[in-house]
Amino acid sequence: MFQISRKQELAKGTIVRFDIVAPKIAKKAQAGQFIILRVNETGERIPMTIADKDEFAGIITIIFQVVGKTTALMRSLKEGDFIRDVAGPLGRPAEVEKIGTVVMVGGGTGVAILHHVAKSFKEAGNFVISIIGAREKELVILEREMDLLSDELVVTTDDGSYGVRGFVTQPLEKYLQERKEIKLVYAIGPIVMMKNVCALTKKFDVPTIVSLNPIMIDGTGMCGGCRVNINNKVQFACVDGPDFDGHQVDFNELMNRNSIYLKDEKDCMLFSIH
Amino acid sequence: MMEQDVRSLRHKTFLNTYCPYCNRSFNVEEKDGKTIIFNARYNGSDLQLKLSPYLDVFEMESSIPVEKDEILDALECPFCKKSLVKPDTPCGECGSPVGEITISTHSRLIPFYICLKYGCEWHGLTKADERKIKSKIPRQEMPEQDQKLRAANHQEVPYGYTSELAMLEASRCIQCKNPKCVDGCPVNIDIPEFIRLVTEEKFDESIKKIKERNVLPAICGRVCPQENQCEEKCIVGVKDEPVAIGNLERFVADWERKMDLVTIPVIKKKLNKRIAVVGSGPAGLTVAADLQLLGYSVTIFEAFHETGGVLTYGIPEFRLPKSIVHFEINYLKEMGVRVELNHVIGKINTVDELLEHFDAVFIGVGAGLPKFMHIEGESLGNVFSANEYLTRMNLMKAYKFPEYDTPKPTGNRVAIIGGGNVAMDCARTAIRTGSTEVTIVYRRSRTELPARHEEIRHAEEEGVKFRLLTYPIKFLGTDVNTLKSMECIKMKLGDPDDSGRRKPVPVEGSNFIMDIDLAIVAIGNDANPVIFQTAPDIDRNKWGNIIVNPETNETSKEFVYAGGDIVTGAATVIEAMGAGRIAANAIHRKLSQI
Repeated sequence: MFQISRKQELAKGTIVRFDIVAPKIAKKAQAGQFIILRVNETGERIPMTIADKDEFAGIITIIFQVVGKTTALMRSLKEGDFIRDVAGPLGRPAEVEKIGTVVMVGGGTGVAILHHVAKSFKEAGNFVISIIGAREKELVILEREMDLLSDELVVTTDDGSYGVRGFVTQPLEKYLQERKEIKLVYAIGPIVMMKNVCALTKKFDVPTIVSLNPIMIDGTGMCGGCRVNINNKVQFACVDGPDFDGHQVDFNELMNRNSIYLKDEKDCMLFSIH
Repeated sequence: MMEQDVRSLRHKTFLNTYCPYCNRSFNVEEKDGKTIIFNARYNGSDLQLKLSPYLDVFEMESSIPVEKDEILDALECPFCKKSLVKPDTPCGECGSPVGEITISTHSRLIPFYICLKYGCEWHGLTKADERKIKSKIPRQEMPEQDQKLRAANHQEVPYGYTSELAMLEASRCIQCKNPKCVDGCPVNIDIPEFIRLVTEEKFDESIKKIKERNVLPAICGRVCPQENQCEEKCIVGVKDEPVAIGNLERFVADWERKMDLVTIPVIKKKLNKRIAVVGSGPAGLTVAADLQLLGYSVTIFEAFHETGGVLTYGIPEFRLPKSIVHFEINYLKEMGVRVELNHVIGKINTVDELLEHFDAVFIGVGAGLPKFMHIEGESLGNVFSANEYLTRMNLMKAYKFPEYDTPKPTGNRVAIIGGGNVAMDCARTAIRTGSTEVTIVYRRSRTELPARHEEIRHAEEEGVKFRLLTYPIKFLGTDVNTLKSMECIKMKLGDPDDSGRRKPVPVEGSNFIMDIDLAIVAIGNDANPVIFQTAPDIDRNKWGNIIVNPETNETSKEFVYAGGDIVTGAATVIEAMGAGRIAANAIHRKLSQI
């Protein structure tokens, strides 16, 4: 059993942050890695990227958007409540080294994961430019945290209610045109966003890493549910990833695979209401 | 076989006899625990035979005079009055003509030989007849759930033997002096002895005998491929069906559990040494049990939220009830074995870190990296690996969706690619979760199907179809990318390949389309790489399996041992247990010397 030591609702309650007491995982977790959790006895196993950790306090942080039954159930939990199972840290850590100037691009809840990676890049001594986007002002998360660790920060909103109006790709394009010293782009967010970022960086021939979050059960390579097509080769996001070379990812296939259970998800929500 | 045993066998066989025609009991009575009274008719008159423990007639009561020698000429059922006698078989011992009385025991037809020639040393059954009788007792099948009913539920298919059936089946064992079955068992259970104890109704001693060698008998009795192991070597099986060793093992294990007679062994001497076992499947459980019994402190690390490995996530409820797996693992816990769930070794702890805290490490993580065919359309939704399909259904209980949250993969027309036990498990699960048409697609012919015969039979009875000599070459999707069909090509068998099986080759131009909306790829597993990402110094072969010293199962890293599918590739539960046993012995030897 894993206790929730702190709970915080962000973005009008659509996004929730948990600090979970898991000392052994906190000791090992590195940026880019994830956990698999199961809330209760009848719950499903879902992957959650580790957004932050505090090794000394023995705490890991997850930040999630409420999208389905499990995340709705998680939002209903209070500080002091328990999550039945947490396994991790899983996946390969992000490869962080000092390379110069990097651009961190995050969309929606992806910013939560990006934060952990960006922090590591900053600590490694890189010049970090961050671009974070959301649909509207209220949905922008972790702006202050990202600002603290970034050398430059741009916030975009789709409706222009805050920061730059438009998608994250617009300021990214500007940076790529003006700053030839950019060595790497790291993009985490909705699949469409990552796809568009990769299309753009390919034009400028800038290496791009994306973090994928496909459907998973075990998170240890056993089920193959998280298979993704990388350069026409089947790879498993849980053991070969979750970070991949964005220019080699078949994003369309990933979108199809991630929509397999949309109908079941609805049925399950209805069932839980009854 | 001891004379005593022969007598007790004859006695028991005769105690429960029925007319094969009208199925009424001959009303056999046992008076002093030795004498049997057998009611029959002779030439139209009632006849009562009193039989000695040797089943020879020592007293007769009849309204008309009758000589002992004549009885067998005209013995009839007292109810339907049909003749029970075929009077032309010679006694194997004295050669005089012997009647063959046909009677039923336990509602099964058994021709029963009996020599009544006065003066024959045996006065009844001879040794030869004994063997003849045994060979005439057919292999007793376990009663099973009705085919139609079971296709709609997840309860176990066979009910298991009753005590009577178990004793009758056990009586078929001829107690070889040099038993081959024991060699066929990867953990060398003393099979003839545990079976002998069953014939004597000493079920408690029988299960103890098994447990000397096997800690998971209720599981092995169910899922071992006995037909390729102990039963393949059974001497009775040379001319007849082999003794049903697996069914008997299952019976005594179930009996002990149901009777609540399981006792936790007392560990006499506690050693101050700690063992880490990675993976709680059959190999790991065996190592844990063996070493804990020897006094070590064992901790099992399991990646999932439940123990059991393949026994839990892989084998479905209807083949191995999870309550039994839990029971057997609880037994280990009560012995003092510690279990740490949600521990993915290689991630939360490396093997090196384990070695800082433990004196030895056993790796039994299983194969666990599903193979795909790498054909077009394999990434479509509704194309699953068998691992994912079974894990959802078994571990996550998706068949109870939406009571359980994990979505259940469903389809009306389901194709399972592969012909092993896992493929049968998938097919039978699909049948039980409402699919209307379930087809096994296998590239070789029926004789090469690697699944157990029993599994194939069960699948067929439940309505699974087989499309043999067929291989998929492409999955086709609808315009919204859901699976709609599968293009296949017919195969024919060519020359034998490395495995000795005839290699399937495609028949050109034989392509055809199968309409399906769910596909499950059950073609095996590669070695899972997770633990090695942080333990590169454990040597592995080109397939990624760990290389071990076969004498000790020690890896290239000292104090690290391994066994099960991660060493051998896909194999059986009992083979994994055998590997665990070798490692446990070797660990004990090595640590005792330090």
